[in-house]
Amino acid sequence: MKVELEADKCVASGQCVLAAMDVFDQDDDGIAILLDEQPAAEHLDGVREAVAICPAAAIRLVDQ
Amino acid sequence: MADILTDPAPEAPDAVPEFPMPRESRCPFDPPPALKDLQAQAPLTKVRLWDGSEPWLVTRYAEQRALLGDARVSADTDSPGYPTKASPDAGEGKLSFIMMDDPEHARLRRMVTAPFAVKKVEALRPAVQRIVDGLIDDMLAGPSPVDLVDVFALPIPSLVICELLGVPYEEHDFFQEHTKTMVRTTATPEERGKASRDVAGYLAGLLGKRLAEPKDDLLSSIAGRIAAGELTHQQATEMGLLLLIAGHETTANMIALGTLALLQNPGQLALLRETDDPEFVAGAVEELLRYLHITHLGRRRAVTEDIEIGGQVIKAGEGVIMVNEIGNRDPEVFADPDRLDLTRDARRHVAFGFGVHQCLGQPLARMELQVVYGTLYKRIPTLKPAAPLQDVRFKSDAFIYGVHALPVSW
Repeated sequence: MKVELEADKCVASGQCVLAAMDVFDQDDDGIAILLDEQPAAEHLDGVREAVAICPAAAIRLVDQ
Repeated sequence: MADILTDPAPEAPDAVPEFPMPRESRCPFDPPPALKDLQAQAPLTKVRLWDGSEPWLVTRYAEQRALLGDARVSADTDSPGYPTKASPDAGEGKLSFIMMDDPEHARLRRMVTAPFAVKKVEALRPAVQRIVDGLIDDMLAGPSPVDLVDVFALPIPSLVICELLGVPYEEHDFFQEHTKTMVRTTATPEERGKASRDVAGYLAGLLGKRLAEPKDDLLSSIAGRIAAGELTHQQATEMGLLLLIAGHETTANMIALGTLALLQNPGQLALLRETDDPEFVAGAVEELLRYLHITHLGRRRAVTEDIEIGGQVIKAGEGVIMVNEIGNRDPEVFADPDRLDLTRDARRHVAFGFGVHQCLGQPLARMELQVVYGTLYKRIPTLKPAAPLQDVRFKSDAFIYGVHALPVSW
């Protein structure tokens, strides 16, 4: 599974960081950064939560 | 239901219902019964507003999220069909980017996102804990009963946002009084306009000072954007006004209303009092955000292109109102939604809205509420209401719902 982030859509709500801190961080302006494009299985639930709650629909989890 | 059945109902049965609807007085934490009936009937229905206009009321969670995340839905109050909450405010201008669409909305919003990043907010947690502990110390040393809103709920967000912006807290009486007027629906447009202009004038003065002599605060950073030619004085003042107001009434009312809701649910309150688990407290904050409803008048938008949704076609130029309090009680999403259950996973609530306008200050609000709910009931385990529930005055007359005062003793 691969995580895709469209940072230009991000509204800096920080929801992804709260849902999956090992996979997402924020830059100095609060815009999301992807730390790990292919997170380990134990982080996938957090990523799915981030996909579900991201208000800007900027995150996707895709099959490879 | 009883109220509806006993109403004389002079209008035709298919009459468009008025919004907002009255709440059931015995259930001040629940949405109006008429709103729940509408949700059960259909995801969208027409309602009539104060000015006779008839926008769509969106009552179900899925349709609310879809519309709030749709670029064909405008937050610009000048868009045709935009459903206003009250008569147009007298010459107070726009409340910065929350009343704009992308790309200008995104450009302005990104200028002030930095201090609200999760890790920056976490770094403020010890300072907020000190503020909360200090206010509780003062409460315990002072008289009982006391108004919790006055001595605790309002000072917390006020102190925090003043610190963040760089507004001297000594001035808080001035702008607290003015913001109260600005969010009171019964204030005249003239009163609201004057209050807004007075606070804006005060902030414009402060921005001028920070332009000349920058400090390490958010107002200085906004003033820097003026110097760089990225913002006009007017835009910078509107932005400062937005941040000052948005952080105040919302968090203060969540603290007071949340405390009252917990005092009415002693089993749930005990869970908070007895836990040392920050994860549990964080989850409890999400559930209180879902269960309560500070922004009871809904997220308002105008549709710029025809949109087919929920079995209806919303036409370009029609207004839509997404009432998050009823979206958060959608039984399709939250089982047994009218029950306050601090152990449930409530993270998908729409208390902060959804889409590109979702609340900018939510990490700060969450952290403040976590500190408050995780501290107050432990430090004052005997906290109890000092007035019967029927004597508590709820803020149906304000843009932000809550209580006017909450007498408590211990």
